Amino acid sequence: MGLRRILDDMEPHFKKGGRYASWYALFEAVDTIFYTPSKVTVAEPHVRDGIDLKRVMITVWFAAFFPMFYGMFNVGFQANSAIVAMGLEGSGDWHQIIIGALAGHDPASIWDNFVYGAAHYIPIYLIVFMVGGFWEVLFATKRGHEINEGFFVTSILFTLIVPPDIPLWQAALGISFGIVVGKEVFGGTGKNFLNPALTGRAFLFFAYAPQISGDSVWTAVDGFSGATPLSQVAANGLPVIAAATGQGLTWLDAFFGQMQGSIGETSTLAILLGACVLLVTRIASWRIMLGVFLGMCATATLFNFIGSDTNPGFATPWYWHFVLGGFAFGMVFMATDPVSSSMTSTGKWIFGALIGFMIVLIRVVNPAYPEGTMLAILFANLFAPLIDYFVVKANISRRRARGVL
Amino acid sequence: MSSVKQILLTPLFENNPIALQILGVCSALAVTTQLSVTLVMCVALTTVTAFSNLFISMIRNHMPSSIRIIVQMTIIASLVIAVDQFLQAFAYEISKNLSVFVGLIITNCIVMGRAEAFAMKNPPGLSFLDGIGNGMGYSLVLVVVASVRELFGSGSLLGFQILPLIENGGWYQANGLMLLSPSAFFIIGFFIWALRSVKKDQVETREFRMASHSTEEGAF
Repeated sequence: MGLRRILDDMEPHFKKGGRYASWYALFEAVDTIFYTPSKVTVAEPHVRDGIDLKRVMITVWFAAFFPMFYGMFNVGFQANSAIVAMGLEGSGDWHQIIIGALAGHDPASIWDNFVYGAAHYIPIYLIVFMVGGFWEVLFATKRGHEINEGFFVTSILFTLIVPPDIPLWQAALGISFGIVVGKEVFGGTGKNFLNPALTGRAFLFFAYAPQISGDSVWTAVDGFSGATPLSQVAANGLPVIAAATGQGLTWLDAFFGQMQGSIGETSTLAILLGACVLLVTRIASWRIMLGVFLGMCATATLFNFIGSDTNPGFATPWYWHFVLGGFAFGMVFMATDPVSSSMTSTGKWIFGALIGFMIVLIRVVNPAYPEGTMLAILFANLFAPLIDYFVVKANISRRRARGVL
Repeated sequence: MSSVKQILLTPLFENNPIALQILGVCSALAVTTQLSVTLVMCVALTTVTAFSNLFISMIRNHMPSSIRIIVQMTIIASLVIAVDQFLQAFAYEISKNLSVFVGLIITNCIVMGRAEAFAMKNPPGLSFLDGIGNGMGYSLVLVVVASVRELFGSGSLLGFQILPLIENGGWYQANGLMLLSPSAFFIIGFFIWALRSVKKDQVETREFRMASHSTEEGAF
């Protein structure tokens, strides 16, 4: 118990009136990394549960490892395929120094692919983690709240939804906006009405559109340009989907994730593995996930029936919407954010269905945006409190009509 | 003399029409992509507010209370038309850039608000100064917002290139969000945040306070 004693000896200095009282948030963070907090809940109402916010957040963090590891592999696979196809020497920027020292450019070698992807992923994650952590600690010390593990989740989710060759300063700016404007100005984790990771990405999407949309950013090779499957679907319809390698993209390819895109969004399979973890531990709401899925299926089928001569996107069936773009990632990791989604059970169904509906609507009908997952979820975040309000009101009037109240 | 100074200067920081009363935000979003356009808008609004205050104050004792809003609107609308015609005659390019927003000064809550709240109760001289003061308070926020938006959105100020853009061989990548109206919301928000962290009396009292729900007392 040596460490416990060291921490206990230090504690008075960080308490109110102590020499380092303004650094209490940092002390508390270090303390609770090693030991369970000694605080207990006293006020009503509360639920007695073995799983606290810290475990919730860490579980989500681990669940995101599935798409993260696959994403690293896939970033490398896409890039190495393009490098071989174009006859290039390497990535064409500073990443090549690291990649060249450790691996080659053989798309058939898992090691080569993984090193290539890691050389792109890890710098982004480090920057996002450090810059985001800086804001988190700054606000925690100034405002006197605790440093929250929610930030672990925000940082990894944000990194997984940006393109692999995003400039690092943009990643830093995006996470700053997400953490400060999306979360901390409202009082920190638990009081934000928008998903912070998506807020940061939306900032980048509107501020620096050339680096986060279009055809040339999704594969981390300088000079490579290729439309993502989703924008090809929006432009030409299903029959002409082609992967980066020039071969046709089958549904299974898309399901396993062998296509270009944001780092963590490509593999529906890896995301579903993460979803299993979240559902078995009952951390994410199955109602929201199913609501998003059913909303998407219903809307996609509706568009299939309506049909259109000028817009080929109308014909895209639901099982393609499911595997393309950020749909699966948004459904599993973003829509289920417990803070910014609806709280009531009925509300979760409506909230999810609204997201599913908006995703397909933006993808199919809006010609400017081939992908609508981010905007759809942010849109539904805004409506979540309203949905809850009406669900509660309806419940009250129903019970009153029954004479229970 | 101190009351004159007070009337002129309190709308800048103490009682800013945009930052504290949250009035006139609509035009702050619409006309702030370029600083030069914003400056013209500020002058136009200040003129209208000052003169509408002056004229309304002059006839304030002759207006039947039941139709005072209509009379005020008539005066404000005439002034706005005069300003709009003046701009079209002498600054046609900027007038085209401002498009409908000069005409929309009629609906600007600051003009109407000062007429109701100040000009109806005070003599013409003071009312005129109050209009100038509030116009300056509005202008202060708009100039800050427009400077930030033009500097980071186009890398220039008043049309002079300050940050050389990547497209022209420089190093600065323009921030496209700054060219979209919603960015003004964020900048006004940050402005209010900065103002209220200096002047803490402007912070509203909390509507509720979350009870502390956990304790270390009696922990096991």
